Amino acid sequence: MTLLLLLLLPFFGCIIAACMPAYARNREAWFAAFIALCGLLLTFSLYPEVSSGIVIKHELAWLPMFNLNLVLRMDGLAWLFSVLIQGICLLVVLYARYYMSPKDPVPRFFAFLLAFMGAMQGVVISGNLIQLVMFWELTSLTSFLLIGYWHHRADARRGARMAFTVTSIGGLCLLAGVLLLGYIAGSYDLDAVLASANIIRAHQAYLPALVLIALGALTKSAQFPFHFWLPHAMAAPTPVSAYLHSATMVKAGIFLLMRLWPVLAGTPEWTWIIGTAGVCTMLIGAYLAIFQHDLKGLLAYSTISHLGLITCLLGIGTPLAMVAAIFHTLNHAIFKASLFMAVGIIDHESGTRDMRKLSGLSRLMPYTATLAIVASAAMAGVPLLNGFLSKEMFFAEALQVGPSSNWWMSAAAVLMGVFGVAYSMRFISVFFGAKATALPKQPHEPPRWMRFPVELLVLCCLIVGIAPQLSIGVPLQTAAASVLGERLPDYNLAIWHGINAPLIMSVLAFALGILLFKVLKYRFNLLQSAHIPLLYRFNGKQAYESSMLILASAAARLERLFSSRRLQPQLFLLVLAGLFASALMLQAMPDFTHAWSVENINLPFALLWLIGCTCAVCAAWQAKYHRLAALMLVGGTGIVTSLTFLWLSAPDLALTQLMVETVTTVLLLLGLRWLPSRISARKMNLVASNRDKLRRSRDLVIAIIAGSVMFVISYFVLLHPANFTISNFFLDNAVPGGGGTNVVNVLLVDFRNFDTLGEITVLSIVALTVYALLRRFRPAPESIGIPAQQANQVDPASRQTPAQQANSGYLLIPGIYLRLLLPVIGISAAYFFMRGHNLPGGGFIAGLVFAVGMIIQYMLAGTVWIESRLKLNPHRWIAVGIGLACFTGLGSLAFGYPFLTTHTAHLTLPLLGEIHLPTAFIFDLGVFAVVVGTTMLILIALAHQSVRSHRVPGAPVENNATTSREIR
Amino acid sequence: MELTIALSIGVLFGSGIWLILRPRSFQVITGLLLLSYAVNLFIFITGRLSVNKPPLIIQGEVVDPSLYADPLPQALVLTAIVIGFATTALYLVVLLGSRGLTGTDHVDGKERDSTE
Repeated sequence: MTLLLLLLLPFFGCIIAACMPAYARNREAWFAAFIALCGLLLTFSLYPEVSSGIVIKHELAWLPMFNLNLVLRMDGLAWLFSVLIQGICLLVVLYARYYMSPKDPVPRFFAFLLAFMGAMQGVVISGNLIQLVMFWELTSLTSFLLIGYWHHRADARRGARMAFTVTSIGGLCLLAGVLLLGYIAGSYDLDAVLASANIIRAHQAYLPALVLIALGALTKSAQFPFHFWLPHAMAAPTPVSAYLHSATMVKAGIFLLMRLWPVLAGTPEWTWIIGTAGVCTMLIGAYLAIFQHDLKGLLAYSTISHLGLITCLLGIGTPLAMVAAIFHTLNHAIFKASLFMAVGIIDHESGTRDMRKLSGLSRLMPYTATLAIVASAAMAGVPLLNGFLSKEMFFAEALQVGPSSNWWMSAAAVLMGVFGVAYSMRFISVFFGAKATALPKQPHEPPRWMRFPVELLVLCCLIVGIAPQLSIGVPLQTAAASVLGERLPDYNLAIWHGINAPLIMSVLAFALGILLFKVLKYRFNLLQSAHIPLLYRFNGKQAYESSMLILASAAARLERLFSSRRLQPQLFLLVLAGLFASALMLQAMPDFTHAWSVENINLPFALLWLIGCTCAVCAAWQAKYHRLAALMLVGGTGIVTSLTFLWLSAPDLALTQLMVETVTTVLLLLGLRWLPSRISARKMNLVASNRDKLRRSRDLVIAIIAGSVMFVISYFVLLHPANFTISNFFLDNAVPGGGGTNVVNVLLVDFRNFDTLGEITVLSIVALTVYALLRRFRPAPESIGIPAQQANQVDPASRQTPAQQANSGYLLIPGIYLRLLLPVIGISAAYFFMRGHNLPGGGFIAGLVFAVGMIIQYMLAGTVWIESRLKLNPHRWIAVGIGLACFTGLGSLAFGYPFLTTHTAHLTLPLLGEIHLPTAFIFDLGVFAVVVGTTMLILIALAHQSVRSHRVPGAPVENNATTSREIR
Repeated sequence: MELTIALSIGVLFGSGIWLILRPRSFQVITGLLLLSYAVNLFIFITGRLSVNKPPLIIQGEVVDPSLYADPLPQALVLTAIVIGFATTALYLVVLLGSRGLTGTDHVDGKERDSTE
């Protein structure tokens, strides 16, 4: 339970932090610190159990059918990392309070930081591999957001994108690797995987799994050859760098390798892959760090180098190397976080991080200088500081690699030490020398509490360095034991082991390192040189950029090759594909030679469809030049369709079709106003080219084939005996189950009401989209003027607004009739609605009827006249409708039934008698409101285009008054 | 009756296909309307044709499925009709906007000749 709280607390905090106001810098920091402190205390409260070797587990069912559970699991290693995550987060929050400028939007910063902390916590306490990958990707995502926090800066955006691309590709590899691992072990549960270590190592899929998992870990921990993203991630605010890029996120890869160490390590493949990556990284990183001019850049490369060191230790694969790796992870987090914060202070107070400009800072900020010097001494591995101890252990392990004649590993270790000393020297050189003069700001000591986290961390360096066994001995041992189990070696955390090989190597590294720095500084003018000797050609960023470029251009080429932006070829291919599919289907059809029966042709029905088909064909013929005619013809087909529904026992459909037909026609009529007329080709004396003729004949052939295929399929379907198994269920259960006799309506509002809920949501979205599109509507220039019909000189009404027309008797009689008709239409809508459950009607039909009634009023009296008297707020109708539908659905949850279960109540009222009142009725009311709202919103928004003034597209904006009178 | 309705679906469908292959946006919207009639009718007739058998249950009797038209395609088509209206509206607004911004009613926003 504590574990669950530990995991959920940061995410909870993230939501709260995101909702705070932008200026609440103090409140945000206090809140985030409180969350981190709670997490830290929770972690500490688990210490007694963890230190006695118990693995705390908490399981939640997730996908039990796939044998996947959410497992939270805390052992020594996870505990140590949790302390690191929560503790450093606490310090970073405190530091960030002073670091962030009042102009930065802090809620975003702290929300992301807390989300990251939660994700990282999730990685370390996951007891299930899939779940681990999930949190792993979440850390990539949140770190992307944090690196790109200052998204107005191009380097931040680019750095964030690069980090995200590299680490998330790694994450995908990791997922594949973990799936393989789970497949071999037969379970994704971490304990089960750890228990089947021998099976995994012997399995033939071991190598692919190892490579994939290594790819994940190496990308995350910025190991060679993927190290290039880390220096670019330094575009992040410094607290983020201190937290993510020194202490936690880059350690996730290390953590994963440690976690799976018992399973994967101990084979030559492991040593080669992990060890080689580690050695290369630590050398390249350390070397490049010497030549940086940016303080954060130096720290970034030094981080890469130290991570390489830890990876290398893990690659060596001896139990003692594992202890050293855990120890160094901890030490590195402590000194590197403090160094980053110190650099942040320098940057904050002096305005630059460029080492070529900075010098003599120790006189300007003596306190900070002392702290930074001590921390960088720990980084270099000076005795009495924590870095020294783990480095000694590393040297000792390096000596053990291979047979005694194999000295390359020891040489590499010493070389890395030499470079380490050199870049640490470079780092502290900013504090000495003459006072810098040309700085953007005059540096001075930071506020008291901004320095406090650095002080605390440096103190930790000292304590661990002087009294290792007392301070860190037990947790370290617990952590190591949780990985190594019975193979935990004897070791002694002491400062003085006598004069031995590692000590000599350390001394050698110091001497050579100081020498190297002096030589570089005085002979090669290190401080000003722009080039990095030897490796300047070697640029991971360049490789990344060019591979991204190749990918993008290849995708563009593929798109050009296999796709078209033109609609007609796309539709053409689509139709062809459809025809091909139906050709396959026709092969499987039964023979129908007996089927041509002409005797049951119903003559009136055939005549009806003769009209319908004529209308359709004529519409197809006229749609280009005579839009109005085509529209009327299509309407004719619609009426025939509606009559067919009525004929063939579908009264609900007939009503709906009729109403929709009306509304669609009004809609298209409103639209026609904005389409300039087309002058027919014959009038323009244009002759169709041969190519056009060819295309038309091709399309005609395709259309005829498609029509014939559709006819054949329909005819087959009709001749095929029906199989009503599903439908019988609805027929049988409509009355007992749904309480209504109109099966179609019961289906819509009861059996399949979840579908209907989805549908009314779609309707609302479409209506709002139409509304939004029309707010920025720019009509065709030639249709902005008043249409010719309205500018008729003979007709006096053409010079009047619809409102004036309404007052001066224009269309007076129909106007009054239809105004009187509104209550009647309202009543019939109510009638259709009320009876819907038992007789044809319901929310859809009633909504459409009501909307048509309203539209008629608009058409006769004009928008302005109507809206000065009756304000219909379609947005509210939609909101109320969806609200009602969801409320009905949620209501059933309150009674312990699944979402949208219907309950039927019967009320007996005086006069009206017994009323049948299912909850589906409320749902249907929601449908009604949504239908009215969407129809009205779409039509009114379109109608309003005629009464507002318009800008010509492309013309300069004159003033804001031109777009007044938008509808509310 | 079966033959009539099947033929009609074929004619509506063919006219619709012809129209959606045309280059002018109004032709395409007309084509979509015709296609939606054809498709709605097709879905509807998968419940077979029945005259004078609306799916309104007569209460108090044992339900005999042969007395009622198939309600399921009807419910599907009912929602399809309403959604069809919404998509038509959306397409119309996009059409009008495109006409205003590009100065042509070609579906690709530019005349064929100007590109090739």
